Amino acid sequence: MSELKYLLFLGCAIPYRVTSYEISARKVAQRLGIEFVDMPEYNCCGLPVEPISYEGMLILAARNLCVAEQQELNLVTLCPGCASTLKKANKTLKEDQKLREKINGYLKEVGLEFKGTIEVKHLVHVLVEDVGFERIKEAVKKPLTGLKVAEHNGCHLLRPSKIIGFDDPENPLMLKRLVEATGATAVDYMDKTQCCGAPIVGVNEKIPLQLALDKLRNVRAAGADAMVTVCPFCHMMFDMNQPRIERMFNEKFGIPVLHYPQLLGLAMGLTPEELAMRELRVKPSRILELIK
Amino acid sequence: MAEGTGIQISELDPKFKYELRKVHGAEKITICFQCGTCTAGCPIARFSDVYRPRRILRMAQLGLRSRLLSSEFIWLCASCFTCVDRCPQDVDIAGILRTLKNLAAEEGYLPPVYRELASNIMKTGLAYRIPELRLKRREQMGLPPLPKANLEVVRRLTEVTGFSRLIQAGGE
Repeated sequence: MSELKYLLFLGCAIPYRVTSYEISARKVAQRLGIEFVDMPEYNCCGLPVEPISYEGMLILAARNLCVAEQQELNLVTLCPGCASTLKKANKTLKEDQKLREKINGYLKEVGLEFKGTIEVKHLVHVLVEDVGFERIKEAVKKPLTGLKVAEHNGCHLLRPSKIIGFDDPENPLMLKRLVEATGATAVDYMDKTQCCGAPIVGVNEKIPLQLALDKLRNVRAAGADAMVTVCPFCHMMFDMNQPRIERMFNEKFGIPVLHYPQLLGLAMGLTPEELAMRELRVKPSRILELIK
Repeated sequence: MAEGTGIQISELDPKFKYELRKVHGAEKITICFQCGTCTAGCPIARFSDVYRPRRILRMAQLGLRSRLLSSEFIWLCASCFTCVDRCPQDVDIAGILRTLKNLAAEEGYLPPVYRELASNIMKTGLAYRIPELRLKRREQMGLPPLPKANLEVVRRLTEVTGFSRLIQAGGE
């Protein structure tokens, strides 16, 4: 078995607002024998800068990739936005020699050079491709039998498929299988692959809130007890914004939204406290009763 | 382009598509044949009256440069990449939208949120300014301290790429 050792790229949104994701991911990784080495130092992946300047995005991403190359470790992120940005920069700079030379010209100014020696993965990619379903199932001590879970893949875990190269974006099954590995039942719902809308919240709130409303309605209609996300931004849309959506549209949902590592952690026998479930905006008390 | 607004020949910049075609990600602008697969599957178009990727690509092909770059709707792409994965012509629609946004930013059209995120990156290395209290709290919760970004390096890189100029231009 290959060594499950990665450099952990935390990004911005998780330390800013979604600590529960980081806490639960670290706990679950430890149980699975995944070693996270913390970045000695990093900057934003570059995603928010891409609309302003493509080169600005590439340079911020490349600089992080250089740090990882120096550590001789593959990068793992918990945020699919970071994963897809770093993957895109990594792939583009490996393949496009002209662009690489240009970016390396800039990096030289700070004594760095992009060499293209590492890979970038999201936690879900690591769980599916490197850890494997068998090992995850073995780590499940308390199967969540009877719990109905609606998984939300989000976009950047899967798309653009030419860059990500994981699962089938039109009919994604990997996160579903990860949910099933916990003993829970993964329920299908309408428009499962629809975007949460979070990336445009800063320029237009109305559309993302309508997208989130649509998602919550579909999840409720499918009879799910909870939702699962693997992205800090999707999580904010469905968990943090849920009370607001309920007030705005005068509809009650009360659907707990767990980070996938929280769901897996519960199935591993970790306590809700250890998994920082208290941090969730929509209280998961009902599902904790269900799985007792 | 608002409904019912006619197009004046004088508005068209026939070279615009060639300008776009030179940019990484926008190379295939001229081969979009307007099938509408992008708009049909677009989650934003579903809830917006103004955001239509097919129309944006057509406007770009026609050369409606200033209408596009000064528009608010180019900023509504959520970069979900559904259209990119589905385009039968393999046009990187999100890449074209990004190119339009980059050109708009150069002309000083930049929604305040991006200026703020970018200025946070230049000041702290991260897109959000994380309050001290929260940094302390993460350690109380048993997490390792968050490393401070090397701001000298970040600043230098934003300068050499000309990116810092775009943030300052247009002013705060």
